[in-house]
Amino acid sequence: MFANFDFDVIRRSLGYLFFDGMTFTLTLTGLSALGGLIFGTLIALMRLSGLKLLGWIAGLYVDLMRSLPLVLVIFWFYFLVPYIGQWLTGSSRPVRVGAFASCLITFVLFEAAYFSEIMRAGIQSISRGQPAAAQALGLTYSQTMRYVVLPQAFRNMLPVLLTQTIVLFQDTSLVYVLSIPDFLGAASKVAQRDGRLVEMYLFAAAVYFIISCFASFGVRRLQARIAIVR
Amino acid sequence: MNYHWNWHIFFEPDPSGAGSYLDMLLSGLLLTIETALCAWIIALAFGSVIGVLRTLPSKTASLVGFVWVEFFRNMPLLVQLFIWFFVLPELLPQSWGLWMKQMPHAPFYTAAIGIGLFMSARVAEQTRAGIGSLPRGQKLAATALGLTTAQVYRYVLLPMAFRIIMPPLTSEFLSTIKNTSVAITIGLIELTAAARSMQEFSFQVFEAFTAATVLYLLVNIVVVVAMRFLERAIAIPGYITGK
Repeated sequence: MFANFDFDVIRRSLGYLFFDGMTFTLTLTGLSALGGLIFGTLIALMRLSGLKLLGWIAGLYVDLMRSLPLVLVIFWFYFLVPYIGQWLTGSSRPVRVGAFASCLITFVLFEAAYFSEIMRAGIQSISRGQPAAAQALGLTYSQTMRYVVLPQAFRNMLPVLLTQTIVLFQDTSLVYVLSIPDFLGAASKVAQRDGRLVEMYLFAAAVYFIISCFASFGVRRLQARIAIVR
Repeated sequence: MNYHWNWHIFFEPDPSGAGSYLDMLLSGLLLTIETALCAWIIALAFGSVIGVLRTLPSKTASLVGFVWVEFFRNMPLLVQLFIWFFVLPELLPQSWGLWMKQMPHAPFYTAAIGIGLFMSARVAEQTRAGIGSLPRGQKLAATALGLTTAQVYRYVLLPMAFRIIMPPLTSEFLSTIKNTSVAITIGLIELTAAARSMQEFSFQVFEAFTAATVLYLLVNIVVVVAMRFLERAIAIPGYITGK
């Protein structure tokens, strides 16, 4: 079964796989998680703001994003972003946007919907006395959020946020549909060039598996360490 | 925006000549639903068994469950589909591999099984959580009545657990529907792929994707409404969701 396995094809392409492919995947994962967290927190604050219109818009956005498959959203933004760029810059033609920028915009906006639900749960898990006490001390709304509510919500939700980031790390492989060389895309390119599908796909699977396993193990350790004793 | 909208495109014949672009999208939708239902049956069947295994007192059983869940959860779905579709036929004895490659509708079967197994890990986690959320007394009382382990699960734990995990199972089912779109990569012409090929042939990007978006939203709404009725019908009296 593994008799005519060619391990050399993996060794030969390691540099390409990791320096080009994995760097793309990890950069995209990291920046999307950061952007998704920032936008997600803003969306969560909109939903909890008590202003009907803001909450409605945020809710609509989250529900829309969460009911569409990521592949469709990737296609949407891939074609839509040049037109948005044109509209923003007022140029006469659709703006050329690089593959990385297009993916980053897609993942930030898509993940924002998921991160916002996590942050909303986190903010709601803070007892009412906390913002009340902050207001009694004379803090403004933004100070209350910045110094009292959000740090605690973030800390409580850190394991869930990190787990979502692991899911995001796996989901970035879907940029394959745009033929972009992320880690899986790079592996697939080598596989098709050398006719070594079996070796390359098994290797890619093993790498994703090992990274995700270690990451989720780390999250579990962290969860046990930072859990607040109640 | 200098984009030429043309909403009549849906009624123009598609390049295959079999029907209009709308027919193409609808047959994509049908395939999405069929794939999702098949995958969901597999996910429920395997997921419940694995979820139960993880709660059994036997060390081996929970190890098997643990390995299963970690195996299917820690690889991207796309990679799993590639393994089933491109790698497995090469690793099997030649005649089997050939049979798999020549099988009609191979992308459909691969997608249904691949997505089903991928989702089974999540269903297993929900089942385990559902069983774990029951008070210990239920299992103890059932054992004290003289029921065997199989009977304890069949008559006491599972009927309760499944009713409790209905809401999270609804969202897992919605994920299954969304995940069928990943099968575009192995050549399944489901809804996203149909919209994508409509875009490639007609150049009406946004009409195609708007139609796909609307169809996905409709499917979501139907599922959510149907499940809400089901959840209300089977809610356990005395629980928060019950009457």
